[in-house]
Amino acid sequence: MKNVLIIDYGAGNLKSVHNAVKVVSDKQDCKILVSSSIEDLRKSTHIILPGVGAFESCLNGLKKTKIRSCLEEMVLEKKKPFLGICVGMQMLATKGFENGEFPGLDWIGGEVKKINNQNNNLKIPHMGWNTLKFLNETSFTKRLLKKMKVANLNDLSAYFVHSYNFKNKNANEKVITTRYGEEITAMVSKENIIGTQFHPEKSHYFGLAFLKTFLEQV
Amino acid sequence: MLKIRIIPCLDVDAGRVVKGINFLSLRDAGDPVEQAKAYSNQGADEITFLDITATHQKRKPMIDVIAKTAEKCFVPLTVGGGVKNILDIKEFLLAGADKVSINSAAIKNPSLINDSAKKFGNQCIVVAIDAKKKSKNWNVFINGGRVDTGIDAISWAKNIEKRGAGEILLTSMDRDGTKSGFDLELTSKISSSVNIPVVASGGVGSLRDFFDGIKFGGASAVLAASVFHFKELTIKQVKSYLKSKNINVRIDNLG
Repeated sequence: MKNVLIIDYGAGNLKSVHNAVKVVSDKQDCKILVSSSIEDLRKSTHIILPGVGAFESCLNGLKKTKIRSCLEEMVLEKKKPFLGICVGMQMLATKGFENGEFPGLDWIGGEVKKINNQNNNLKIPHMGWNTLKFLNETSFTKRLLKKMKVANLNDLSAYFVHSYNFKNKNANEKVITTRYGEEITAMVSKENIIGTQFHPEKSHYFGLAFLKTFLEQV
Repeated sequence: MLKIRIIPCLDVDAGRVVKGINFLSLRDAGDPVEQAKAYSNQGADEITFLDITATHQKRKPMIDVIAKTAEKCFVPLTVGGGVKNILDIKEFLLAGADKVSINSAAIKNPSLINDSAKKFGNQCIVVAIDAKKKSKNWNVFINGGRVDTGIDAISWAKNIEKRGAGEILLTSMDRDGTKSGFDLELTSKISSSVNIPVVASGGVGSLRDFFDGIKFGGASAVLAASVFHFKELTIKQVKSYLKSKNINVRIDNLG
C-alpha cells in the first residue's frame, strides 16, 4: 500500500498535483493525502513538495507547519522517495536569492538565482513548454524513457513557469536541463531525492509518465 | 527552445461554453469539462476558462465547474471571471486553477495585483485587458466589455507589469469573435512595452491569423475560441501550419 503525501504549507497548486497523482496511481493500492501533519508524514511512503510562489514565503510556510525536522528525518534518514516541484525543488538548494538572500533546505548543493533576461530580450517569467535535454542518465530516467516509448528523450518538452534558476554546485546532480537564454536546470537528483523545475502535473503525457515513474520508486 | 503556446479559451456562462461576437450574441458551444479534456488530449498547451458573466451578474464564479474541469486538464489551466479579492483567487487555486486572471477588480483596486502576486507568485497572476480602439489609442474596458474606464491600454499594461503580474491576456474587443484576425498593432505595441508574456486574443479566423499574431504581434501565446469550438480548425492543424512556417511549437505525438 502506497501513501502519497502532498505537503500542504499554504501555497502551491496542490489540487493540480493531487489530480495528476490520482490519475496515474493504482486506486486499489494508493492513498493520496494533502496534509502538513507529522503523523501523515510518518505514515507516508512517497512525499511530494509542490511549490508556487516566492522562495522565502514557501520556506516560511514550511517552517510554520513545524514539519521540517520530521521531513528531514523521513527524506534524509529513512530515504523515502521525495519529489520537489518548481519552488519545491528550489527550496532544496543551499541558498535562494529571490527578494533577498535566504538559506534553503540545503539537501542539494546550489544557489537559486534570477534568470538573466539578456538585456530585456527575454520575457520573464520563463513560461511555457520547453525542450528537455537529458544530461546524466539515472535509474529514474531509464525507467521514464521506457515508458515514453520514444527513441530520443531529447525530443520531449515540459511545462515551465518560473523566474529563478537552480544553479547546481555538483554537476552530477543536474539530470535534465533546458535553455532559456542561459542553461536552466530542469531536474535535479540525489539518491532518493528528485526535484523538477518543470511541472509534471501540467506536462500532460510526459508529466503523467514522470509522476507514474516516481510512484514506482521504492 | 521555448515554444509558442496555443490556448483554446472556454468562455463559460451558466456552466456552458458559449461564444459571442464583439462580446455579445452568445451561442452555446458545449460542456466545459468535456471540452477541456478533448483540447488537452489534442495538444493544447494551456486552457483558459473564463466565467464571462460573473462580474456583470455580481455573482461568485462556479467553483464546482472549475474543479471538474481541472480534474480533466493536465496542462495549465487559467481561470478568470468574477475575481474580486485574494480569497477568490485562493478559491480558484484550491479548485485546481494554476493561474488566475483578473480584470475588472484590477482596475478598481490595482493593489490587488501587488498583493496577490506577492502571496501566490507572479507566475500565478494574469491580468486581462479588454481593449477597444479610440481614435489613436486603445481604452481599457471592464465588466465583460460593458464599461469604458477611459484608461489607456498601453500605460495600463506597463502599470500591471510593475505591480507584479506574470502575464497579460490581451483581448481586442473590436476583433473578438469577428474572425478578421488579431489587432496586430495593439498586440505588438503592448508586447513591446512590457517584459512579461502577452497572450493575444480576439479575432482569430484562419491559420494565417495565428502566424501573424506571433510574427507581427510579438505574442508569446495565441488564444482562440470560436475556430476551435465550432471545429473549423483543430489544434493539430494550427500547430502543423505554424511548424511549416518555422514557428517553434510543441508537437510531441505522445497521445
